[in-house]
Amino acid sequence: MPGFVVKAERDQQVKDGVLSVFGERITGIEQERDLLCIHVKKEALHDLLRALKDEHGFHFLTTCCGMHFPGEAQEFGLVYHLHNMRAGHRIRVKCRTTANDLEYQTATDLWPTANWMEREAWDFFGIKFKGHPDLRRILNMEDFPAFPLRKDYPLEDPTRQDKDDRFFGR
Amino acid sequence: MSQQPPIDFWSKDLVEGRDLSELTTLNLGPTHPATHGIFQNVLTLDGEIILDAKQTIGYIHRAFEKIAERRPFYQITTLTDRMNYCSAPINNMGWHMTVEKLLNIELPKRVQYMRVIVMELARIADHIICNTIIGQDVGATTPFLYVYQWREKIYEVYEEICGARLTTNMGRIGGWERNWSDAAWAKTKAIVKDLPAALKEFDNMLLRNRIFMDRTIGCGPISAERALAYGFTGPNLRAAGVDYDVRVADPYSGYDEFDFIIPVGTNGDTYDRFTVRQEEMRQSLSIIRQALEKLEKLGDKTTFRADAPEWVLPPKEGVYNNMEELIWHFKIVMGETDVPVGEVYHCVEGGNGELGFYLVSDGGRAPFRLHLRRPCYIYYQAFPEMIKGSMLSDAIITMSSMNVIAGELDA
Repeated sequence: MPGFVVKAERDQQVKDGVLSVFGERITGIEQERDLLCIHVKKEALHDLLRALKDEHGFHFLTTCCGMHFPGEAQEFGLVYHLHNMRAGHRIRVKCRTTANDLEYQTATDLWPTANWMEREAWDFFGIKFKGHPDLRRILNMEDFPAFPLRKDYPLEDPTRQDKDDRFFGR
Repeated sequence: MSQQPPIDFWSKDLVEGRDLSELTTLNLGPTHPATHGIFQNVLTLDGEIILDAKQTIGYIHRAFEKIAERRPFYQITTLTDRMNYCSAPINNMGWHMTVEKLLNIELPKRVQYMRVIVMELARIADHIICNTIIGQDVGATTPFLYVYQWREKIYEVYEEICGARLTTNMGRIGGWERNWSDAAWAKTKAIVKDLPAALKEFDNMLLRNRIFMDRTIGCGPISAERALAYGFTGPNLRAAGVDYDVRVADPYSGYDEFDFIIPVGTNGDTYDRFTVRQEEMRQSLSIIRQALEKLEKLGDKTTFRADAPEWVLPPKEGVYNNMEELIWHFKIVMGETDVPVGEVYHCVEGGNGELGFYLVSDGGRAPFRLHLRRPCYIYYQAFPEMIKGSMLSDAIITMSSMNVIAGELDA
């Protein structure tokens, strides 16, 4: 059987399995190019990840990263890429939230590797994780005043004092 | 020796219940010559036994993901150079392929094989650095001086192809900036011909060397389960016994046409990581040899880019003399070609594992969001677990055998 048929079948299996268990809590499932993408409500995210890991064989967390969509109602988001190495199958999970409700359930109990990925999301987007063992900034300094990957943070650092235009004749 | 179950150090808090006045706190790094990069580890020691380690990273963080949001796609290549600078061409090619996936550009076979050649050369250079440094850290200086000249020869090939050595900015979206020179081909063939003998000598020196084996076997081990849970990929995961290789699992750039072996280890210790990398270098040479044969069979000696005028800069003679090419040149440079809206995740087998690019495009010139999956960043968090209960000097060679590259760690 050609690879893409097998892949389409696997995608369908995951889709059916997830929809039958989570029903309403899944806000959408779409095909984004080569990956199946599941949109899930925030309160069901951790359960979905657990189900994908335990029942559908997605044992490997490839990435977890924050997103920011300024101007939209659900302003922030998390994107997970999961991988089932045995079947050679990848999947994407997205979970959006509003700016007032920035606390997710941690995934470190499922994958220890989520530890630094979540610290990165906190460091750059200000997304908090409930139950995280050590939620501190990771790449930026401890007392950094902003969350720099948010879209409203300018590329040029506004807190710097040494780049005053006066010194450059502007 | 009596058969005792291994002590499960990693899950235990070894400091708990100890009198802190008996223990030593030691700063390993940030700038220690043995860490080969800027890493800080605050170690809690009992004598010379490591009880706990706390890492601080981010010393060379340069915010590539933020900078990338303001740059056109072709200018992001230079950022990827500076991630794993020991194998920059793999990063470059990975980025080009990600954008090509977004733009649906199909590459000619010849370009794909040329990419395979340069990626495998980069992998060899990366592994040479890692393995000779393991030798250096256990006291064998000869490989570091002797085998290192082959890395120099590989850098000469880079120079012939793109003019740079370390931060290569090699290739373009849709192919290469120019055809390879005859010298580039000749130098590649010379490496394929002569490197196996040097690798043999490298093997002879360390692989069955009693001192080296005593020093590295059982040093900094990690089990396959823990390695997978920690998101290990690449040689470090394969040393733990999982045969996962992106080149085979998700073939890109025509890797599915090549015949090669994925070496795996059993214990996931420093010795296994060393041997896996040694064998991978040989497999890479075999891949290059096959690619050269395939290119010979193709017979084509001129194609070096895809036929995608809206993305690939036309040759300068055309720009100066023809209207059509001038228009395309202007459109590309001024960013007037439409980028499709969409999201792609593409990964390549980097020197250290699965190097992934998650690219979100909203149709603008620059990515809306670019997330870089840097293998070093992800597996370095297992380091305290791997060195707990071992000697301080074992921590040094564990770190060099994991091949943690500061540029990739901090991005």
